[in-house]
Amino acid sequence: MLNAVYRLVEPRRFEVEFNDVELDDEHIIVRPTHLSICNADQRYYQGTRPAEVLAKKLPMALIHEGIGRVVYDSCGEFKPGQMVVMIPNTPFEHDDIVAENYLRSSRFRASGFDGFMQDNVAMRRDRVIALPEGAKPEVAAFIEFTSVSYHAVTRFMRFAHSRRRTIGIWGDGNLAFTVAIILRLRIPDAKLYIFGKHVDKLDNFSFAEETFHINQVPDELVVDHAFECVGSSGAPRAINQIIDHIAPEGTISILGVTEELAPLNTRMILEKGLHVFDSSRSGREDFEATVRMYEEHPEVIRYLDCLIDNVIDVREMSDFVTAFDSDMHKAGGKTIMLWNK
Amino acid sequence: MIYGVVLAGGVGRRMGNAEKPKQFMTIGGKPIIVHTVERFAVCSELEKVIVLTPEKWIDHTRNILAKHIPDMSRVVVIEGGDTRNETLMNSIRYIESEGNLDDDTIIITHDAVRPFVTYRIISENIKGAQEYGACDTVFPATDTIVRSDDGVVVSEIPDRSKLYQGQTPQSFKAKKLREIYEGLSEDEKAILTDAAKILVLKGEKVHLVMGESFNIKITYPYDIKVAETILKGDE
Repeated sequence: MLNAVYRLVEPRRFEVEFNDVELDDEHIIVRPTHLSICNADQRYYQGTRPAEVLAKKLPMALIHEGIGRVVYDSCGEFKPGQMVVMIPNTPFEHDDIVAENYLRSSRFRASGFDGFMQDNVAMRRDRVIALPEGAKPEVAAFIEFTSVSYHAVTRFMRFAHSRRRTIGIWGDGNLAFTVAIILRLRIPDAKLYIFGKHVDKLDNFSFAEETFHINQVPDELVVDHAFECVGSSGAPRAINQIIDHIAPEGTISILGVTEELAPLNTRMILEKGLHVFDSSRSGREDFEATVRMYEEHPEVIRYLDCLIDNVIDVREMSDFVTAFDSDMHKAGGKTIMLWNK
Repeated sequence: MIYGVVLAGGVGRRMGNAEKPKQFMTIGGKPIIVHTVERFAVCSELEKVIVLTPEKWIDHTRNILAKHIPDMSRVVVIEGGDTRNETLMNSIRYIESEGNLDDDTIIITHDAVRPFVTYRIISENIKGAQEYGACDTVFPATDTIVRSDDGVVVSEIPDRSKLYQGQTPQSFKAKKLREIYEGLSEDEKAILTDAAKILVLKGEKVHLVMGESFNIKITYPYDIKVAETILKGDE
C-alpha cells in the first residue's frame, strides 16, 4: 500500500514522500490520531543537532510519542478501530542482560528511522499495545515520555540502596514533573525535593515536600538519592550541585540529554562512593507498566493532564510548522498534534 | 453501509502504445491498481471494495490483487459498464443484489489510476457524503483557466480563486444518485459524464473535500515518471 510519509528534509522544512507498505502478517497498520512533540524532535526541527548528524538522519519523519487507531490487521488480533499506543523502540535481537532500549542493534523511531508523521504507520506486531477504553487520548499521546520516566524509576529501585528518605529531583520541566509523579506513587514514603530555576514551574510540584531555587539551596541540605532531569547546557551544573548535596553511597540517575561533554567533580564522586547511572528511552515492559499505572491510578492522569500546554489540529503541512513553532515558544508543557493530515 | 468503488474501466488509449489498460502499468514494481485497491482495502469503514473493470480484464485484475492483498474477502471484482456512469450503476446494482442498498448507503468512487489518495481524503469523503449526501474531491487550480467557445479567441478568464481541479474520490448516497441518473434522458446521459455534475445540475448540494497536489491521475507516460519520483520514500 502506498503510504504518505511527511519527512523533515532540512530544519523547518517538511516534504511528503511515499513508501510502499506491505500488508503482511507481521505488521499492523495504524492511523496516528494524537502525536506529541518531544524536545528530541525539536532539536531536528530547529537544526540544533550537529550538522553531520542532520546530514546523516534527514530526511526523516519526526515524532516518536503517539497513539493511533488500528485500521488493518491481517491476523485479526486487533480489531479495526482499536486505539493503540505505538512503541518507537524496535529491537532486532533479545538479550538476557541488556534491555531492548540499550541494545545497539535496536532502531528508534524519529532517530534511526521514520517516526509517526505518516498517513498510516506499519507497526511491527510486538510494537503495539492496546489502550484501555476511555483513556484520555491527549494524555495517552505521551505515554512514551511517561514510560521513560517509569523506566528510570524502575532502574532506580533496582540500583539504589534502601535508605530512600529523601530524593532530590533537579529540573522543573516536563521530565522532572513526570519522574516526581512516578516517585510519589511508587515510593510514597520518600520526601521529594525539587530543584529548579523557574518559580512558577516549581509551584506546579504541589505534591512534593519542598521546592528549592537552585541559587538558594541551603548548604546543609542533603538528599539520599537524586535524579537529574535538566539536560542541555544546564546538565553539568545540575549534576555537580547534586554531587555537592547527595549523601555518600547515593545514586545519581541522569536523564537529561546534552550535546556537549559535561565536566564533573569526579573526585567527590569517588570520595562519596556515589553510584551514577543513566537511563534512556524505554521498552515494551515499561509501556505495559505505564498503561497499567494509568488504569489503576487516575490521579496520575489528572496530574499529567496538567502538562498539556497546547492541542493543535493538524490538517495541512503548514500546520506542522505552526505546531512545532508553538511548541518551541511555549513556557512549558507538552504540545499535542491532533493528526488529521 | 459504505462501499469503496474503484473504477478501472479505462482502456488506456492515452498511454500511447501501451498494450494493457493504464491501471496495470507498474510503479514501484507493483501495478497501479494494486496500490489503489490496497489503500481502500485497509479502510475498516468500508463494507467492501468493489473493483469495476472491462469484462476481459476481470480475471487478470483479480489475480494481481490476490497476489498482494492477503485478505481478499472484502474485495470483489465485477464488470464495469460502457460509460463511467454505467459503471457506477453496476456497482450500485451489486450492492442491491447483496441486499444492502438503502437511503443511507454510500459509495466512495475512485479512479483506479489515482494511487496516492490518502486516509484523510477517504475519511473526509465518508463524512462529507454522510453529511451532505454527496462530495467531490478538489484541489485549488494553480494554472489560469481560459474558456474559449470557438477555440480561436478567449471568451472568458474566470477568477482563479474560485476554481478547483476535480480529483477523486467522488462520494454519493447511492440510491439518490441512481434515482437522479435514471431520471435523465438518453441525450442527457450521453453529455453528463460526471456524476457530481449530474447532481449539481439537478440542484443537489455537493460538498468539497480538499484533495492533495500529489493525488495525481496517471494518464500519460510522463505521469509514470512523476509517480516514480513521488514514490521515492522507502526507508
